[in-house]
Amino acid sequence: MLHFLFRRVIQAIIVMVVISIISFLVQGRLGDPVQQMVGQSVSLEDRENLREELGLNDSLVDQYMRFAKNAIKGDLGVSYYYKEPALEVILRKVPATLELSFSAIVLIIVISIPCGVIAAIRPKSLLSKALMFFSSIGLSVPIFIIAIFLVYFFSVEWQIAPSFGRGETEVIFSFWETGFTSWDGLQHLFLPSLSLALALMPLFVRLIRSEMMEVLQSEYIKFAWAKGLSPMRIYFVHALKNTLLPIITVAGIQAGTLVAYTILTETIFQWPGMGFLFWDAISRVDTPLISAYLMVVGAMFVITNTLVDLIYGLVNPTVRLSSHGL
Amino acid sequence: MKNIAYLLASFFILTTSFGIQSAPLSMAFDADPVSLDPHEQLSEGTLQLSHLTFDPLIRWSQNGDIEPRLATHWEQQDEVTLRLHLRKNVEFHTGNAFTAKDVIFTIQRLKRSTDFRAMFDAIRDVKQVDDFTVDVITHQTTPLLLNILTYVFPMDSKFYQGRDEIIKHGETFASKNISGTGPFILKHRESGVRLDFVRFANHWDKQSKGNVDSIKMTPIRSDSTRLAALLSGDVDFIFPISPIDIPRVKRSPNIKFIGMQSTRILLLHMNQARRVEFRDQRVRKAINLAINQSLIVEKILKGFSEPAGQLSFSQFLGHVPEIKPVYDLEKAKQLMIDAGYEKGFRISMMSPNNRYIQDERVSQAIVAMLSKINIAVDLKTLPKAQYFQEFDKRSADMMMIGWQSDTNDSNNLFEFLVACTDPNTGMGAYNASSYCNAQIDERIRAANVEMSPSLRAKLLQDIERILAKESAVVPLLWQSLAWGAKQNFKIENIVNEQNFPHIGDLVVE
Repeated sequence: MLHFLFRRVIQAIIVMVVISIISFLVQGRLGDPVQQMVGQSVSLEDRENLREELGLNDSLVDQYMRFAKNAIKGDLGVSYYYKEPALEVILRKVPATLELSFSAIVLIIVISIPCGVIAAIRPKSLLSKALMFFSSIGLSVPIFIIAIFLVYFFSVEWQIAPSFGRGETEVIFSFWETGFTSWDGLQHLFLPSLSLALALMPLFVRLIRSEMMEVLQSEYIKFAWAKGLSPMRIYFVHALKNTLLPIITVAGIQAGTLVAYTILTETIFQWPGMGFLFWDAISRVDTPLISAYLMVVGAMFVITNTLVDLIYGLVNPTVRLSSHGL
Repeated sequence: MKNIAYLLASFFILTTSFGIQSAPLSMAFDADPVSLDPHEQLSEGTLQLSHLTFDPLIRWSQNGDIEPRLATHWEQQDEVTLRLHLRKNVEFHTGNAFTAKDVIFTIQRLKRSTDFRAMFDAIRDVKQVDDFTVDVITHQTTPLLLNILTYVFPMDSKFYQGRDEIIKHGETFASKNISGTGPFILKHRESGVRLDFVRFANHWDKQSKGNVDSIKMTPIRSDSTRLAALLSGDVDFIFPISPIDIPRVKRSPNIKFIGMQSTRILLLHMNQARRVEFRDQRVRKAINLAINQSLIVEKILKGFSEPAGQLSFSQFLGHVPEIKPVYDLEKAKQLMIDAGYEKGFRISMMSPNNRYIQDERVSQAIVAMLSKINIAVDLKTLPKAQYFQEFDKRSADMMMIGWQSDTNDSNNLFEFLVACTDPNTGMGAYNASSYCNAQIDERIRAANVEMSPSLRAKLLQDIERILAKESAVVPLLWQSLAWGAKQNFKIENIVNEQNFPHIGDLVVE
């Protein structure tokens, strides 16, 4: 276990270095940060001075070395727009994104497991067919269209859910800004988390269904029926548990998709989280913030994937971490 | 009986006047201030914030007149000296009293600001006459001095004194703290997410009927999210509304739509330094004739903008009513034949795709229109962050740009867009045509010091006539502004073509 974690840390460092180089190379192509800082009538000379002050005239290698040196000390630069350390700006936005992702994950679990199981045990029923039909639509319709439809009906037409923002928030444990503690905050969470969940849910419904159907054919399930166990116990304990392994693998991979979708969802709903921040940073060419975001997300990926590998071992003891090639 | 009628009448007056109570306002605009420092960036977001938390010396009223605010009246002392009389009994949010010192402090600070310097270089000095009188002294006669003074929002000199540095990248005292005399006090700011204001109880303007007691301002970048926020009732007042959404807004009974022509001109530069073909006036004329401005406005902007045949908007001194956008394809083809380009040629073109209203679709339409006279256009559209870098380098044969005159005057357009490029003076900094005409430069310089409005108008109109005769650039359209609000918010009285709504005067019923 310790050996595994140690190797993971080494891998993580390599991954972070690669990410930092890529994020740095991308920066030069994003545009001119100085252009975003000045008004239209500022002279070329003043712009040139500002560029010099920001160190943008140095060679890319010099700029990278400077960035890397500071990054090792935990300093990812100062955001041009927020004028604060980029890492602090991002960490302040983490709670909003995590609360949104958490709510979406809860919705995915609560909805997709029963749907998948029902579709597997009653494949011919009308309900299962409807579920399959909607899941294929869900897979093929992009998230922003789903989100726009949700806003149109729930906010504009019926006016039962707010269309943007986080609403009232409260600071708990002195650093975590939460929307969970007030009714207003929960209402604001409704549409963004639902559209984020709808983007990922169809995949899980279909995956659980097909895995479950396969497991239901296996010998030990037949044995369980023969033993006279209750159907609930067979379906939800014996069968479901054994379908989980591939699902966890996919869930780990989908964590990346989730991050990508939070950028879209947060932008559509003006949700003040990391994704929205990143989107804004790109349009403002706030390069320190862009690199810092990529580094933070990269770190989050490495952590989730490590956790997924650890959960593997818990769900299926036959999987040994060391033999996993990790 | 008569008495009863009086009684009833007075009762009604009482109830209606009680009916108007103070109300909160929730608004969503596309821009937000990058900093609380009013002198860090000359941008719409900064100036909108300034109009809330500060008061200008003078400001533009909705019909284009200059309106006294912290300066009550003024007179010209001699050719280069303007005497300003300041309002008395005005208080800053900190409780400090407003005096001439604050005005001097502010103008001197403006002269140090990278963004405002271009305008304030015209001012040589500001002298205090007494506590409520100052003399503004210019280097030479400056016809646009009042226009420039609309940018002076006196800052609390006692509050900022000694910690008033202006830095574009990095935290300063002024970028995080604010104290003005304005109708609203900033309570809370989360950059890019929200700004909260409350009404300043000791604001000097007791005449104002404005009854907004607090403002929650949310910058919303996405057009559809912003509109949904208004339609769902989450916010009361938004800007802008995309042209395609205008019919939808007009259909909603609870929402009103307010449109207004702006002076922002959208045009195309044809780079004569890059292309020998563009040096031929006949080719430039042919391009002007082949582009159908009215069709672009009608089809792409849904009639919401005004086709332009010149740079100066109709309210500007330089506007020449006879110059209209002309579309004549046959004549354009003939001119191309005359110039020896019957078979046409291939050019490159660049335009932004998120800067001006429908900019990408407008440029695609232009590509189609130019193909009719056999000019094949390789169009590249870029996000604004990348586009203006290319624009500065003049990377394409044809480039799009929009310009709003900072001084609300034609000459600012000419100085930046069509004057001969001179890196030393900054003239022609955005002249991506590389067009250079001494007659124009001469008139620009003359108009900068000409005090007589009629002579100035003649100079500026001459420039428009020369530009039209030479077909130096392709003027496309003047963009319109579009606001939306709930019916009980009387925004129609407080919006203006500069897009600095005077929310202090907003009445909510």
